[in-house]
Amino acid sequence: MDRYLLIVSTICFLVAIAHTVLQMRGGIFRPMRFNFFAVGLGFIFQTAFLSIRGHVLGRCPITNLFEVIVFVAWSVALFYLIVGPAYRLSLMGAFTAPLVVFLQLFALFAPIDNPHRERLPANPWLEFHASISLVAYGAFALACIAGVMYLVQERQLKTRHLHSIFYHLPPLTDLFAAIIRLLWWGFALYTLGLVSGFFVGEPLPWTQIICAIGVWFLYGLILQGRYLRWFAPKRVAALCIIGFSAALTLLWGITFTTQTHTP
Amino acid sequence: MNLFCVGLSHHNANVETRERFAGNPETGCALRSSGCAEALLLSTCNRVEIYAASEKRVSTDEIARCLVRESDPHHFAPPFYRYENEKCAQHLFRVTSGLDSMVVGETEILGQAKRAYEAARASGAAGRYLHRLFQRAFRVAKQVRTRTEITRGAVSVGSVAVDLAQKIFSDLRNCKVLVLGAGETSERTVRALVSRGVADLRVSNRSRERAEALAFAVNGRAVAFEQWAKQCGEIDILITSTSSDLPLLSREKLAPMLRDRIDRPLFIIDIAVPRDVAPDVNALDGVYLYDIDSLQSIAEQSLATRREQIAAAEQIISEHVAEFGELMARGSNCSAQASEHPPVGIVEQGS
Repeated sequence: MDRYLLIVSTICFLVAIAHTVLQMRGGIFRPMRFNFFAVGLGFIFQTAFLSIRGHVLGRCPITNLFEVIVFVAWSVALFYLIVGPAYRLSLMGAFTAPLVVFLQLFALFAPIDNPHRERLPANPWLEFHASISLVAYGAFALACIAGVMYLVQERQLKTRHLHSIFYHLPPLTDLFAAIIRLLWWGFALYTLGLVSGFFVGEPLPWTQIICAIGVWFLYGLILQGRYLRWFAPKRVAALCIIGFSAALTLLWGITFTTQTHTP
Repeated sequence: MNLFCVGLSHHNANVETRERFAGNPETGCALRSSGCAEALLLSTCNRVEIYAASEKRVSTDEIARCLVRESDPHHFAPPFYRYENEKCAQHLFRVTSGLDSMVVGETEILGQAKRAYEAARASGAAGRYLHRLFQRAFRVAKQVRTRTEITRGAVSVGSVAVDLAQKIFSDLRNCKVLVLGAGETSERTVRALVSRGVADLRVSNRSRERAEALAFAVNGRAVAFEQWAKQCGEIDILITSTSSDLPLLSREKLAPMLRDRIDRPLFIIDIAVPRDVAPDVNALDGVYLYDIDSLQSIAEQSLATRREQIAAAEQIISEHVAEFGELMARGSNCSAQASEHPPVGIVEQGS
């Protein structure tokens, strides 16, 4: 039953993508409210899915890779709904939807929804640690999307070939400001998740700890590099994409190899 | 009730003719005497049009006589066009949507039409028929703007430069601008930037007097020509239009100046021929260099895009014309018994 909710949610995000593609093919690209509402509806179904799963499990629904991926997709949509309107980045929906669809389709089709044989005991610190870290991933994902938008806009300005999308993308300085804010949000939440990991009361595998600290260092380096002006905005945008790709790979590695340690 | 429009525009009359028939203080009374129950004058720099509703037909010559500013000793017969009922609605919808404008898709005409209507309504010159017509026209214009790309992009070099600046910096109020060379085109571009809120302007020219004159005109400050290169570390926008035969700014010269401003973009508008800035400067991180050709090419691209959207806009208009026609037919039946005629006044809009 809960998987149907996820399928409906994925369809909502697919509708947002189809709407964008159709508009672009028609030479018109107006994100308007459609993408926002499609993503919003998809988010409601995601929340319903996670809520039902959580109720069945009696804990935060991040007990296997399937649930972890859906939780990250939910965090991405959540940050978009918070950040998009606040920074007038409505077009971000057109970029957010493909990422969410990719994550959810992978979760739905890959054989990764393996339930635990025994009901896992509740551990509030462990659940807090894992969930807050995944919400931070949502912020990093959106920083990655803003990075893609920045590079698209920057490329058009450099090459002087302005396509329809150029007129609907936010200005470079606004995009860069959004990237930095999302990085700070993600970094702060991730730090909170990392620190709370020391209070879980269970031994965590070293690989997991090293990888988690590695991701923390990576984003810390991007922010420090930006603060010390080591990197131009274009490099920061590119690093957001590289950083999130690396973080996602590490997340998959952590969850896949140490499923027994995941709450 | 008969709805009609009589007018002259840039399509069929030169400015002299349009001036001669731009209306006079007696136009309102004259239109009422001629039998118009409702009338509105839309007078802009590109058109002079009367939109009116009358029970009986009012001839084009009579309308022309109402509009003429002074008696015409040469018996000049201007090429007035006339549209009735649905054709009148179609024409107004095209006008407010910017399809009939000199620059396709320009939006100023919508504001002018709104002001003309508001003033006519306030004075009682526009009644229920013109109310329906104009309210529908404003709806059509809005739909055309939101559902097509008819207003997309800028179509002049100055406005393209300003649009690009806004796409880079968002808010231009905090931008620092250096103008190198006090030519006419750079002055126009600077004025366009000032209109969008730029306040920190510096002008540098070989002739100190010309630099000071332009600085005074745009409320900026003059910078000695020998000092302009040092400004590149501080400024956000550089507009160059000197008559130098060799490039004034090269990649090697600019790169060291950018090290301290790595997180701030630099937008260079080079409108000089021959160019003042070496083309490879564009390869530097955070530098966006546009010369006169690239600005013109974007303006032409925008114009072409607007033209491509005309068919889509016409489709929206024709749907509304059909609906409006039905509405008017129903309205005419209902009002057959009504005999109320609102008073006629006249309102003129400057261009």
